[in-house]
Amino acid sequence: MSMATIAIQLKIEGERIIPGLAEAGERLDSAEGEMILDFSSVRQLDASALRAMERLAAAADDKSVKLVLRGTSIDLYKVLKLMKLAPRFSFAS
Amino acid sequence: MTKTLSTSKEERLAYLEGLVTQARTAAAVFTQCTQEDVDRIVKPMVLAGIGQAQHLARLAIDETRIGVLEDKILKNMVATEFVYNYIRDKVTVGRIREFPERGLVEVAEPIGVIFSLIPITNPTSTVLFKCIMAIKARNAVIFSPHPSAWRCSSEAVRIMYESAVKHGAPEGVFTCLDSHTLEDNAYLMHHKDVALIDATGGPSAVKAAYSSGKPALGVGPGNTPVYLEKTADLNMAVVDIIVSKTFDNGTICASEQTVVIDDEIYDLAMKKFADLGAHICTEKESELLGRALVDPQTGCMQPIAVGQKAADIARVAGLSVKPNSKLLLAPIHGVGREHPLSVEKLCPVLSVYRAKSADEALRVCVDVNHAGGLGHTAVIFSRNDELIRKFSEVINAGRIIVNAPGSIGALGGIYNDMVPTFSFGCGTAGGNSTTDNINVYHYLNIKRLARRTPAHMWFRVPNHIYFDLNAVENLRQFPSRSTVIITNPALERIGHAGIVRRCLPPQASVHISVIPDAEPEFKVIMQGVEALNVYQADQIIALGGGSMIDAAKIMKLKYESPEADLEELAAPFLDIRKRVVQYPTEKTNRTRLIAIATTSGTGSEVTPFAVLFDKERGRKVTLADYSLTPDVAIVDPQFVMSMPKGLTADTGVDCLTHALEAAVSTYASPYTDCNAMQAIRLVFKYLTVAYEHPHDQEARTMMHNAACIAAMAFSNAGVGVNHALAHAFGARFGVAHGRANAMMLPHVIAYNASTPTKFRPSPNQRAYIAHNKYATIAELLGLGGHTIDEKVKSLVAAIEQLLNRLAMPRSIAALGITKEAFEQALPDLVSTAFDDPSWLTNPRMPLMSELEELFRSAYQGRETAKGTGAGQQAA
Repeated sequence: MSMATIAIQLKIEGERIIPGLAEAGERLDSAEGEMILDFSSVRQLDASALRAMERLAAAADDKSVKLVLRGTSIDLYKVLKLMKLAPRFSFAS
Repeated sequence: MTKTLSTSKEERLAYLEGLVTQARTAAAVFTQCTQEDVDRIVKPMVLAGIGQAQHLARLAIDETRIGVLEDKILKNMVATEFVYNYIRDKVTVGRIREFPERGLVEVAEPIGVIFSLIPITNPTSTVLFKCIMAIKARNAVIFSPHPSAWRCSSEAVRIMYESAVKHGAPEGVFTCLDSHTLEDNAYLMHHKDVALIDATGGPSAVKAAYSSGKPALGVGPGNTPVYLEKTADLNMAVVDIIVSKTFDNGTICASEQTVVIDDEIYDLAMKKFADLGAHICTEKESELLGRALVDPQTGCMQPIAVGQKAADIARVAGLSVKPNSKLLLAPIHGVGREHPLSVEKLCPVLSVYRAKSADEALRVCVDVNHAGGLGHTAVIFSRNDELIRKFSEVINAGRIIVNAPGSIGALGGIYNDMVPTFSFGCGTAGGNSTTDNINVYHYLNIKRLARRTPAHMWFRVPNHIYFDLNAVENLRQFPSRSTVIITNPALERIGHAGIVRRCLPPQASVHISVIPDAEPEFKVIMQGVEALNVYQADQIIALGGGSMIDAAKIMKLKYESPEADLEELAAPFLDIRKRVVQYPTEKTNRTRLIAIATTSGTGSEVTPFAVLFDKERGRKVTLADYSLTPDVAIVDPQFVMSMPKGLTADTGVDCLTHALEAAVSTYASPYTDCNAMQAIRLVFKYLTVAYEHPHDQEARTMMHNAACIAAMAFSNAGVGVNHALAHAFGARFGVAHGRANAMMLPHVIAYNASTPTKFRPSPNQRAYIAHNKYATIAELLGLGGHTIDEKVKSLVAAIEQLLNRLAMPRSIAALGITKEAFEQALPDLVSTAFDDPSWLTNPRMPLMSELEELFRSAYQGRETAKGTGAGQQAA
C-alpha cells in the first residue's frame, strides 16, 4: 500500500514576504521533498526579500527540499534571473 | 560614509565582493521600478544636490586645494539643475521612443552595476551628475573617488544615496570604495557582475578601463586649441576665453590651452587680455613657466599646478606678476616637446601663438589638437562661416565650440544646446567609444523592437494604353515636331510603317529609322541614337516585336542621357528600390516613347525592361527601370494578323510563362494577380485558335491583349526561374525565347509546387503558396482535380497538351543538341541562370544544383525526367 504525499503549500503575501519566507524555512523539515510557495500576490521584491529567498534556497538545498514558486510574475522572474537565484527554484503557473 | 580600511587580502576581497553583491541586488530590485518611481526619486536628489552645492564645494576645496570655491559651487549647480533640466522629461523606462511609420520601438534596459571613477578636478559635481543619471536609468553605481578627493566625493555620494533611498531607490544603489588602490580598481573593473566602467579621469584610468575588456565609457584629457580669427567679436572672445580658462582655475579638461591669434588682431587682442587682468609673459617668462609647469621627462603638466591660481604658479616659476593676475598668457612659437607649454595645462596658463595667415592658424590648431587633444574639444571665434566650416572639418574634436567659452561651452546647456555633461567622449582618436557628451542614454541599453514592415507595393504601367482594332489611330492625339519611327525592314516592306505614318498629326515631321530585327546590339542602338540626334526627335515610335521596342527604350535612354553607362545600369540588384545604380531621371530633353507591338508575347510595350545583346561576350544584358517604360502603348491587332505560325506559338508561350511566373511571384499582389489570371485564361482559350486559324481576328485580338495584360502583371510582380533558365539557354544555343521558355515550363511548375529546399528572405512572402496559386489557376481553367496536388498535376498536363498542339519541341535533345554539347555547356548555363535577376521574385530560391537538375530534366524531356515531379509538391 502506498500513500500519496501532499506537498506543503504556503501563500506568500505581498505585504509580508519576509515573515512568509521565514515560516517556509521553519516548515522545511516537515516538507516531504517539495514545498510550494504561492507568489501570486507578490508584486515586488526588495533587497531584504531577495536575501531571505537566498537563505531559504540554501536551507532547502540542505534538506533536499524542492522549492516550487507558483504564480511568479515575469517581472519577479527577471529579478530572480538577475540575482542568479532562478535556478534554485522550480516555477509553476 | 565612514572610512574603515580592511586589512588582509581575504578581507579586502570579501569587502569588494560585498560591494558588488549589494550593487547587483540593488540593480536587480531597481528593474521593478516604473518611470514614475524613478522620477519621484530623481527630483529630491537634484534638490538635495543643489542644497548642498556650497557645502560640497567647500569640502572639495579644503581637501584637494584645487580650483575656485565659487566656481565649484557653480559646477555643482550645473551638475544638478542643468542636468535635471535636460533629463526631467526624458523617458528612460520601458518604451522610450516609438517610430510607428518605421515599425520600430526603442525599449530601455538598465545596464546594471556601473563602476565609476571620479576625478580630483571635479570630485563632487561629477558624483552628483553620475548619481542622477544612474537613478534616471535604474542602475547601481560603485564609486571609486580619486584618493586625494575621497572625503568630498564620498560625501557627495552619501548625500545622493540618502535622498535616493529615502524616496524609494533600492538600498545599496550607490556605494563608495573606502580607499583607492589600483588593485581594487582592477579587481572591480574585471568583476563579472560589473556591467560598465565609467572612467572620468586621467589617461591611465581611461586606459585601465578600456583594457579591462568590459564595456567602458572612458573620457580623459584634452588639449583644446582656440582660434581667435580676425573677424571675431574681439571683446566677447577675450572675455569668453578668460571666463573659460580661469573657471575653477582651469580644471575643466575642455578649457582652452593654446590660443592662436591672427596677426592682424594679435596686438589688440593681447592688449584687451592685459586690460582685463591677464599677465602677458615675455619670451623669458614663457621659458621659465614652461620649465616649472611641464615635466621634461613625461612632457606632461606637473600635477602640483593643477587648479592653482595664476599668481601662485607665477611665483613658483619665478615670474613677477600682479597678485590679482587672472591668467598667464605665454607666447609659444610651435607645438611639440620642444615647446613645453603647447601641452594641456589644467590651470590658468594659456599659451598664445601669433599666426601670419589663416592657413598657418589652422595648421597650428591641428598641431595642438594632435598633441594630446584628439577627439576632445576645440574652440573658434570668428564671423567667417567658411572658416568655421573648414575648422570643423580639419579639427578632430567631439565638441567644436563656436564663439563661446570652451570649458563651459563643452559642458552643454549653458552657452549652446549641447547635452549637459561632466564627461566628454573623445571618440576613437581619444581612445573612447563615443564623441558624445556622456548623458543618460549612455547609461541605458536601448533595445529595438522591430516589427515586420511589408515592402511597399506598386502597380506601374504606361499612362496610355490603346487596344483593339485601329487603336493606332490614337496616335493623332500626340503632337510632335519631329517623330522618328524605329522599325525593321520587314515591317516597313509590308506597309506597317506606312500605316503608322498616316496616323500621325500632319504637322509632324516623320522619319523612319530601320534597324535589323534581332536583339539589339550596342552598335545598332548608337546608330538609332544618331538618327534621333540628327532629327532632334521629340517623339519615338517603336514599331515591332519585343526586340524592336527594347531597342527604342535604350535609344531613348542614351538620347536623353548620353552619359548613361549601360554596363553599369545593368548591374544586378536584389530590390529595385534599393539598387545601387540610379537611372537618370532628370531629363533635359524629354522625349515621348510610343510602343506599337507587332507580336503578341513579350509585352515590351508596357514593361520597364529592355534586353541588349552583348555580342562580345555572347550574353544578354537586362536593363530594368520604370523610367524605361513607354509613355504610350498601342495594342492594335491589325499588326499581328500576319504573324507566322511559329512566331504565334513562340510568343504565345512567352506570354503564358509571363503570366504563370507573375502569378506565383513573391511580389504578386491582387493587382498583378487579376492580370496574370486573365492572361492565362485568354491564352488557354485563344492561343491554339490563333495558331491554327491565323486570320481569326477575335483570337488574334485576344492574344494581343493577353500579351499586354500578362506584361502588366510581370512588370510589377517580376518573373521567375523559368525565365532565368530560358535566358541562359536561349543565349547559349540561339533558341527563340518563347521556345526556350516552353522547354522549361512544365519542369519549373513542378519544381515551384514542391517544398523548397531553401527559402529566400522576402518580407512579402507571408506563406509558401505557389502550389495553391497553381491550383487556383487549374480551377480557373476548369481543369479538374480534388486536391492541391491533383490540380497542380492537371495544370502541368494541360500545359503539356497545349505545347504539343503548338508543336513545341518538348526537350532540349529534340532540338538536336547533342548530349556532349549540352554537358559541356551545363556549368556555364547554371552559373548564368543563377546570375540572372529574373529568379529573384521566384517563390522558391533555386540552389545551383537545382538549376542543374532543371536543365537536365529539360534536356531529357518530361516523359523521362525524374526528381522534380509534381509528386513532390507540398501538401
